[in-house]
Amino acid sequence: MTWAEQLLGCLQSSEIDLAIYVPDEVLTPLIDGASADPGMDAFAASREEEAIGIAAGYAMGGRRSVVMMQSSGFGNSVNALASLVVPYQLPVAMIIGERGVLGEFNPVQVPISRAIRPALDALGIPHRTLERPEDVEPVASRVIQQSFRTGSPSVLFINPLLTGGKADR
Amino acid sequence: MSANRTAYRVMSRNDLTRRLVSHLSGNEAVIAGIGNTNFDLLDAGHRPENFYMLGSMGLAAPIALGVTLAQPDRRVIALEGDGSILMNLGALTTIATLAPANLTVIIWDNGLYQITGKQATATAGPTDIVRVAESCGIPQSYWATDQSHFEQLVTTAVSTNGPHFIAARVDDASATARPERNPVLWRDRFMTGIGTRAERSV
Repeated sequence: MTWAEQLLGCLQSSEIDLAIYVPDEVLTPLIDGASADPGMDAFAASREEEAIGIAAGYAMGGRRSVVMMQSSGFGNSVNALASLVVPYQLPVAMIIGERGVLGEFNPVQVPISRAIRPALDALGIPHRTLERPEDVEPVASRVIQQSFRTGSPSVLFINPLLTGGKADR
Repeated sequence: MSANRTAYRVMSRNDLTRRLVSHLSGNEAVIAGIGNTNFDLLDAGHRPENFYMLGSMGLAAPIALGVTLAQPDRRVIALEGDGSILMNLGALTTIATLAPANLTVIIWDNGLYQITGKQATATAGPTDIVRVAESCGIPQSYWATDQSHFEQLVTTAVSTNGPHFIAARVDDASATARPERNPVLWRDRFMTGIGTRAERSV
């Protein structure tokens, strides 16, 4: 199975039935998989903080979703996390395609990649990075389950070592 | 279709909020944006299905959209100010694309960032927020021309398929009520109100 198929399986077994995404090339197989899954709805939000707001409402409405974005989009997410998801203690599970590391070609992707983990740590949002195929199922399942069981946000980074990263073309 | 917004009556936000609440049958979820918008909603009488935003400016409509998707049988109303919706206009395109039948967005437009010092918003100038909503692809988008028209629009919104978008020109009277600054309290009350959290005795 590909990493995307494994991760989709984790979403399904975690009873997630909605994927809200702002597109990212390396996450495309996961977005396409979620879109094709008859048990899951998937749609694009115009901006990452909007996606987080939708996920917050979905969670309070009693159902489970996942938010997918590129690492650059984390910069668009911070106020939604800091003034909604964290203080209201809402289970918003995020999957972030990681740019700016391990062979990045675009210099503007790099600064946010340095800021993102310190920012998550400062906000108290747990995060794990998926680099090896054998880690996808055990790590992703546990992170997502903990997010919903404890009413806390969480982040899974999808690293270029897992996906091959984005090619410069 | 809207005409020139300056032709419409400027109304009391507090009074319109009370009129809105009086037309709710009891189980509609109301997601109220920051500042005077949710202060006046509380002032109209707390309902268990109310959610008060203490921050996250601009996210009332996305939060409401999330609730509509999770609970398609419940009517959901997003209450936002003009400054808040201007921060997140893209959300209107997502609402137009998904077209949830159970969602209504209501905008209180006083042309001001009222709570930060009454700086002018774009709706005080060239931007007509109803035309924005129409152009995003929400055809049922209307200005409330006066109080009775507002009530008529609300009645339609809570009894017919949406999405609905209603804007009203309102005053800049300061609301007097203040929700307690306790995010988890409001989350729990809201989730209890919409049936997603059991009331516990301790």
